[in-house]
Amino acid sequence: MDARTEIHQFLEEYFVLDGKLASLGDDASFLENGIIDSTGMLELVLFVEEHFGVEVEDDEVLPSNFDSVNRLNAYVTRKQPVPSIGS
Amino acid sequence: MLVRDFLEQSARLTPDKVALIFENERLTYSQIDTMASRLANALIDNGVQRGDRVGVFLGNSVEAVVSVFAILKANAVFVVINVNTKADKLAFVLNNCRATALISHVRLRDVVAEACPSVSSLHYLVLAGSAKQTHPSADIPTTGWDAALEAYPADQPPRRCIDMDLAALIYTSGSTGVSKGVMVTHLNMVSAATSVVAYLENTSQDILLNALPLSFSYGLYQVLTAFMVGGTLVLERGFVFPQAVLDRMAGERVTGFAGVPTVFALILQQKHLDRLAFPHLRYITNAAAALPVDHIRRLREIFPHAAIYSMYGLTECKRATYLPPDELDRRPDSVGIAIPNTEVWIENEDGQRLGPNTVGELIVRGAHVARGYWENPEETARMFRPGPIPGETVLHTGDLFRMDQEGFLYFVSRKDDIIKTRGEKVSPKEVENVLCALPGVMEVAVVGLPDPMLGEAIHAFVVPEDGQILAEQEVILHCRRHLEDFMIPAHIEFRSELPKTESGKIRRASLR
Repeated sequence: MDARTEIHQFLEEYFVLDGKLASLGDDASFLENGIIDSTGMLELVLFVEEHFGVEVEDDEVLPSNFDSVNRLNAYVTRKQPVPSIGS
Repeated sequence: MLVRDFLEQSARLTPDKVALIFENERLTYSQIDTMASRLANALIDNGVQRGDRVGVFLGNSVEAVVSVFAILKANAVFVVINVNTKADKLAFVLNNCRATALISHVRLRDVVAEACPSVSSLHYLVLAGSAKQTHPSADIPTTGWDAALEAYPADQPPRRCIDMDLAALIYTSGSTGVSKGVMVTHLNMVSAATSVVAYLENTSQDILLNALPLSFSYGLYQVLTAFMVGGTLVLERGFVFPQAVLDRMAGERVTGFAGVPTVFALILQQKHLDRLAFPHLRYITNAAAALPVDHIRRLREIFPHAAIYSMYGLTECKRATYLPPDELDRRPDSVGIAIPNTEVWIENEDGQRLGPNTVGELIVRGAHVARGYWENPEETARMFRPGPIPGETVLHTGDLFRMDQEGFLYFVSRKDDIIKTRGEKVSPKEVENVLCALPGVMEVAVVGLPDPMLGEAIHAFVVPEDGQILAEQEVILHCRRHLEDFMIPAHIEFRSELPKTESGKIRRASLR
């Protein structure tokens, strides 16, 4: 499963978005569309750390990295450790 | 003085001063005033009359600020509705106040379209965010934001109101589970803002940052007080990205910052704050619940130049008390003394004033005490009762307090079951009503449990009907469809039965 699919799955399951994200698209701002609130963002950061093995610094939790599926996908892809061959 | 004067006076005195900073926009007083006058003329031309209620269903934005003042300029009453509100509650609020017009955003079109057909009073809709005309409801004439502003002149609409007239209805949770619209007059708002500006010593030099929703009176008053003194307001959509807000606070040289304990807890979670300095931050204010002593200490390390104000208030009077910052070390858990031009005291159930160290209900007397709840005489009579002078009413807060020997006040508990989470009041009954409507649910009880981040976390005990199996996801999804975000339970716990008293009432205390 690619990161994008996993992000979608987490958002849908954890935030119970009821298809809202699917209709808005992967560029939609979580903030502008009220998809995630401040405590929800903490959960999203935790998910990224635990699920993708990425260490997220506080000063990376910015709209440029976390405010849409596309941005989050790009961030995770950039930060994720490259799996070693054969693993 | 009317509330619109906060904007109009500052626009006259300092037209070119930056009034509002929002994302990449910087708008001067003159620009805001012009936009508000144009929108007011659009509202008037589309039938909004003096005293009409007009809904503002928008998140924090330039449009939300302009709408509030446009409605006031149209001599109408503004009703800011939390942007997370779902269609059935939106319809309830608009019907309850018989709103004649609504200002919203194209992003919220689906919710608006679902709610509006059942609101027969509504005859005009303005939708921000789209150049195109969008008609969420075929029956209601709708104008795009830009089209409305372009079509109408910036002439100041005639002043028809006096300060006894209503300026706003602010909806708040009631213990019965039904939202109540607090009736706030111009005089109430001007009095509250004057008092707050006096003890915070706000001036036109101030740059206030607000990340609280404008549907919440604490957030709304950041706009009102900033504009009253001719200062600058930095408005954020919310506190989802604490680092971004803190960067903005440092970059814009913010002098005053309003938060609730959840906001401060989020700030204290940030690890790399030492790279930011806040030499301009003169004060921070905290309301809704007391800050833990350890948080006060750590906030001082981050904001060494900021005085910390602990305050107490409720929508029905906006604010009642504040602790002068130099008292904070001596009494960190006190919410202080009455705000300027306000009287507060503690009463027992027989209406006798109590002295130090005795617990009773806090009573508030002042020109900021609201006029009651919109078309709700029973609830009004319960909270707003006759005061010492014939014809006046004082506010019975429903909050139990005690005071120390020197007259400083301490919050003890609420008289009812209302939950305080993230600084907002939530009626357990309102959440229970929604949960009970889910098929397969036999009985529910909702309580607040202590939570280091939220203050109280909403915990729902759900008893399924015999033979029914419910999934937590299913329950949360149902809540998400019918409740604002802050009302959605943090925990769902399934039980086969609930503890009851002999008379069959649920024993809530044993669930906490």
